[in-house]
Amino acid sequence: MATMRKVLPRRLVGLASLRAVSTSSVGTFPKRVKIVEVGARDGLQNEKNIVSTSTKIKLIDMLSEAGLPVIEATSFVSPKWVPQVAAGAKEVTVFGAASELFTKKNTNCSIDESLQRSDEILRAARAAGIPVRGYVSCVLGCPYEGKISPAKVAEVTKKMYSMGCYEISLGDTIGVGTPGIMKDMLSAVMHEVPVAALAVHCHDTYGQALANTLMALQMGVSVVDSSVAGLGGCPYAQGASGNLATEDLVYMLSGLGIHTGVNLQKLLEAGTFICQALNRKTSSKVAQATCKL
Amino acid sequence: MGNVPSAVKHCLSYQQLLREHLWIGDSVAGALDPAQETSQLSGFPEYVKIVEVGPRDGLQNEKVIVPTDIKIEFINQLSQTGLSVIEVTSFVSSRWVPQMADHTEVMKGIHQYPGVRYPVLTPNLQGFHRAVAAGATEISVFGAASESFSKKNINCSIEESMEKFEEVVKSARHMNIPARGYVSCALGCPYEGNITPQKVTEVSKRLYGMGCYEISLGDTIGVGTPGSMKRMLESVMKEIPPSALAVHCHDTYGQALANILMALQMGINVVDSAVSGLGGCPYAKGASGNVATEDLIYMLNGLGLNTGVNLYKVMEAGDFICKAVNKTTNSKVAQASFNA
Repeated sequence: MATMRKVLPRRLVGLASLRAVSTSSVGTFPKRVKIVEVGARDGLQNEKNIVSTSTKIKLIDMLSEAGLPVIEATSFVSPKWVPQVAAGAKEVTVFGAASELFTKKNTNCSIDESLQRSDEILRAARAAGIPVRGYVSCVLGCPYEGKISPAKVAEVTKKMYSMGCYEISLGDTIGVGTPGIMKDMLSAVMHEVPVAALAVHCHDTYGQALANTLMALQMGVSVVDSSVAGLGGCPYAQGASGNLATEDLVYMLSGLGIHTGVNLQKLLEAGTFICQALNRKTSSKVAQATCKL
Repeated sequence: MGNVPSAVKHCLSYQQLLREHLWIGDSVAGALDPAQETSQLSGFPEYVKIVEVGPRDGLQNEKVIVPTDIKIEFINQLSQTGLSVIEVTSFVSSRWVPQMADHTEVMKGIHQYPGVRYPVLTPNLQGFHRAVAAGATEISVFGAASESFSKKNINCSIEESMEKFEEVVKSARHMNIPARGYVSCALGCPYEGNITPQKVTEVSKRLYGMGCYEISLGDTIGVGTPGSMKRMLESVMKEIPPSALAVHCHDTYGQALANILMALQMGINVVDSAVSGLGGCPYAKGASGNVATEDLIYMLNGLGLNTGVNLYKVMEAGDFICKAVNKTTNSKVAQASFNA
């Protein structure tokens, strides 16, 4: 049974802390941001309706046409990953979590055990010359444990990095995070892992994704995961939204003068296509707005 | 992601999560003592004032005409959430804004709770006098940083509008009625496109100079991004102290909270929002409008900032008005919480 934490006293840092970020880095953003498009995997996986393989392929083609540098298309890596490699996988992903309860419920083992399994995968991948990306779930909160300590996130991330992951994506799995918590978590992680190897994967369940992503950029993160049309709901909050919409992310980055290589118009077309195929409305606000400026 | 269906049953409810993450306790109804704004020295969290514009800006952009008694009930509910400023209505001609035709009845019908302020829009002297007669004790005037927008919206140039507002604000000050100034199109205009920070500064300075105690800088069509917000504020803050400034962000392109975060980092302490994210965008069919008060509170709470507002009570008021206008909420926090 999940233990209820006692209500903590209010953080007293508030605006002063925010403005400390402001004076040192509010104007300094990365010049380029790599967007990792997860709509074809994380997005579709969490949609009620299933699409055909040919639709999925068309989506990936359209996303590629839009200029997205990384498009996740692989599904979950099982421990028996060798067949995937034999099938021609060029990159492999390993999953972990910063929460013991989440790991237990999701993969029926402890964090340590799951890291051991990931380690086996990583060794084999390195032997085969295949890059491995790591994901850490629940970095800003857990549906079972509630609050997650930044130190725990740093610990898990450090282990994945030292095992050989070239990049680790830090996921706010249930979207509960807010910019101050994002800052605290990244501060802790960046003590252990270089920021160039970090990515953020924010969910928009509480509408905080873009603000959290902005904070991450101010901290020096330059890789952001997002999902076209904001595909993928949240399995822990029925009816709630899931991933940050790539269109809305690109809009912000573009406005900030940050290079992404993405053509927003073509991206919007990909979003329209997949929403029609899924028979759902887009979750992207940019897509919803038809105002022409 | 794993065996979700069975796992979900055992997870914390969102009510529990909200309590943990947001340190939601009982709020103090009514306005906080302004002295608390300087209380950071004594270790209390800083205070961010939320100006609730749902009943006016929100409903004004809703297609369904809301009955007067519903409006009154809505405002009365909002008065009990801890919000200290609630914009009630607009004393504008019903020909232009049919939704606000019942301005006098609404103003007279609401219960004015102690510690809560109820400003109303008054575009001209006629509206101002009607507002005062109906019991208004605070007013707002609405300028724009764009000539085209000013002409299309209120049928006069920026200069002409400033002259009108000067009359209103002078009369208001004469009667000890505080006046708030709004500057529309602060980050972009549906007709002119880009708006220079210098123009926004010029108009803001004019309004501040004539006696408006606070200037709300509005990203009317939600096109701004944190970079343009920063540049605009840098310019305005050279002429007007940040304590006299507010931001009014629309979420048409999903940028509102990110823009607000930037504004907070720049030193702004007053944020406008609308419960449930009421109000679409008249310039982008189907698009969303105001930033949702619930989502704003969620972020501010998470940042450890004091607002004095009870998120649950706001969500209840949001639920009430959405049912009344028969629409789904635009607040993500409400969507996540009510369906959990």
